[in-house]
Amino acid sequence: MSNAINALTRSLNVFHLAGSACNNCDIEILDALTPKYDLERFGITLVGSIRHADVLLMSGIFNRKAAIRAQELIAQAPKPYLVIAIGGCPATGLMWRDSYNWERPPGDFVKIDAFVPGCPPKPEAMISAVVKVIEGLRSGELVPGCLHTSDTVAGDPALETAGGS
Amino acid sequence: MNKQKDSIDKADIAASLQAQFNEFILAIYSKGERRIYIDIAPQTVIRATRLMLNEYGARFQIATGVDTSDGFEVMYHWAMDESDCVVTFRVVLPHEAAQVESIALICPAAEWIEREMWELLGIEFKGHPDMRHLLLADEWPEGKFPMRRDYEATP
Amino acid sequence: MTKRTIVPIGPYHALQEEPEFFKLHVEGEKVVHLDIELGYNHRGIEKLSESKTFEETVFLVERICGICSTSHPLACVQAAEDAGDIPVPERALFIRSMVGELERIHSHLLWLGLAGHFLGFNTIWMWAWRFREDVLNILELITGNRNHYGMMKPGGVRRDIKHTDLPAIASLSEGLKDPIKMFRDAVVQDPLIHARTKGVGILTREMAIAYGALGPTARASNYAIDVRRDHPHAAYDKVDWDVVTCENGDVFDKAVVRILEMFESIRIIEQCIEQLKKIGGPVDSDPKFVAAGEGIGHYEAPRGEVFHYIRSDGSNRPIRHKVRAPSFMNVPTNRETVIGATVADATIILAAVDPCYCCTERMAVAVDSSSGERMLDARDLIRLSCEKTDRLVADSGLQGPSLPIER
Repeated sequence: MSNAINALTRSLNVFHLAGSACNNCDIEILDALTPKYDLERFGITLVGSIRHADVLLMSGIFNRKAAIRAQELIAQAPKPYLVIAIGGCPATGLMWRDSYNWERPPGDFVKIDAFVPGCPPKPEAMISAVVKVIEGLRSGELVPGCLHTSDTVAGDPALETAGGS
Repeated sequence: MNKQKDSIDKADIAASLQAQFNEFILAIYSKGERRIYIDIAPQTVIRATRLMLNEYGARFQIATGVDTSDGFEVMYHWAMDESDCVVTFRVVLPHEAAQVESIALICPAAEWIEREMWELLGIEFKGHPDMRHLLLADEWPEGKFPMRRDYEATP
Repeated sequence: MTKRTIVPIGPYHALQEEPEFFKLHVEGEKVVHLDIELGYNHRGIEKLSESKTFEETVFLVERICGICSTSHPLACVQAAEDAGDIPVPERALFIRSMVGELERIHSHLLWLGLAGHFLGFNTIWMWAWRFREDVLNILELITGNRNHYGMMKPGGVRRDIKHTDLPAIASLSEGLKDPIKMFRDAVVQDPLIHARTKGVGILTREMAIAYGALGPTARASNYAIDVRRDHPHAAYDKVDWDVVTCENGDVFDKAVVRILEMFESIRIIEQCIEQLKKIGGPVDSDPKFVAAGEGIGHYEAPRGEVFHYIRSDGSNRPIRHKVRAPSFMNVPTNRETVIGATVADATIILAAVDPCYCCTERMAVAVDSSSGERMLDARDLIRLSCEKTDRLVADSGLQGPSLPIER
């Protein structure tokens, strides 16, 4: 395991990239950090700038206006980083797929490493996702999506299944 | 419940409005005691706004635009908080000339909703102080209004 | 000539139904102009609603906002009931009020915590969110989910509250009194919070009326509107409670109004529990259709009045569904409150209307090299705000709020 990947299995700096969400996932993310669940025990903290981030948490759909900004923002993230999609919206689009302001699932412009489904997922589910991602990195099963060589994810069957249901 | 205001009884509001505004009212109907709907001509929107603000001290809640087969309906909802009543003024604008005076200058609360109705329904508000996109992206194609019935999403 | 700097706040907000992008134009430390841009969260819900049945629409509007996930459905079903003259059983009215007030407490605690965070008092943040978890536990107990409760439906509520659950709710409302008193004392008696928030971001009563401000934002400016009292619905005219107002309209008053409102919410919940013990019967009139017509429903959400208009043609779908969230009216008031303030205060002023807080945590940082405009990012803003608090500590020898917990 390279040093860079090894660093991703320790204290994670989390950047919270919310799209056109209903905020519920976003509150639950903060809930996971505050005293009852207290992910901060493990050194997992929110950071204010994407340039300090190890993990990007994406929530909500990304509408026409937000998708452009999100792509610009993700381009500034230092590699390697992990992308975790929180909630059902970034995975499938849920009921928003018929909306006139819907553009495409975020899986089309960023490679997502883990999905945490739910509306909203409970903080326990997010903690479980973090554990699974770290285990995957340690065992080498999971390679952060940002390190894949091809620039598109169109051929990735796993993501297509997740984005199309 | 610390309700202690002298107010018009809600049963009298319709009569009072009719007395004050009679010559401009095209139709009026009450749905129960707490909801009054009044049809007026588009030219009298400013007058109706002044009446509600100055005479009744009503609170502008929001305006609703609807695309119907008769034209665009614009409804101005006014809350009479002292009397537990919502008064709705309705104007109908023809599809081919969807224009009405802006009330944003005398009622700042209406500024954003007029921008919203302009971009979603394509209703033009004459004299609006700051007409630009509110919700949709700036690069949204011109002449496409998603809340209209004939809107078709671009493939 | 003073160099003009643009401080962007946003657009990536997450905690509110309406994300905004604030552009603060500042000269030196002073804010001279505010530009507000919306649309990052626009999902076309009004149009989508026309393709859903009346029952499905409730789930759709629930997802407008995760914090107001009782307010929007409640206003929506009231609009449908108004359109179709649908009766609601009495027991359902009390359940509606009770879930609504539980939501108000959790929303106000959420706001309070984030307000503390922005002033540099993370202790308040952690404590407030710790007690908020107790409310979420109860909501999970009675509705089945921590958020997005799915309780409302046209004609009543979707599920009853069991008699065996009532003692748990009662002990929660009893147990919340001390923490809320603690927060009240921490805010009202603390000289440092006074120094940061009193006289900051004043919204006058005239301006509140002109902009149509709602909820705690209006009531802090002594504009006593509360839809629960003015347009009685659910069970609010069957219980005893007071509308809380303050005089000055500054950030301090907005915080005080919210804290005091939580006591009123507890009062309402306690009375609802007593009534639910007595009133039996169905909780749903089970309407088969919504008759043709139009209806208006409004409900006092934690942030102010939520307004829904529904027009039905007698089919099972609305032909027009208009939604107005309270922030739509409250956010423009920032144009009055933030001009003339310093950048360090701008964060808390923009936050005081409870538009969206975490916004400042996820903003794009862009440097416009051609015009030489310097842009600050969210971290800088919070840092400026915290530094001001530290300066006040150093200058005055005051201490930050201490939270004596006796539990």
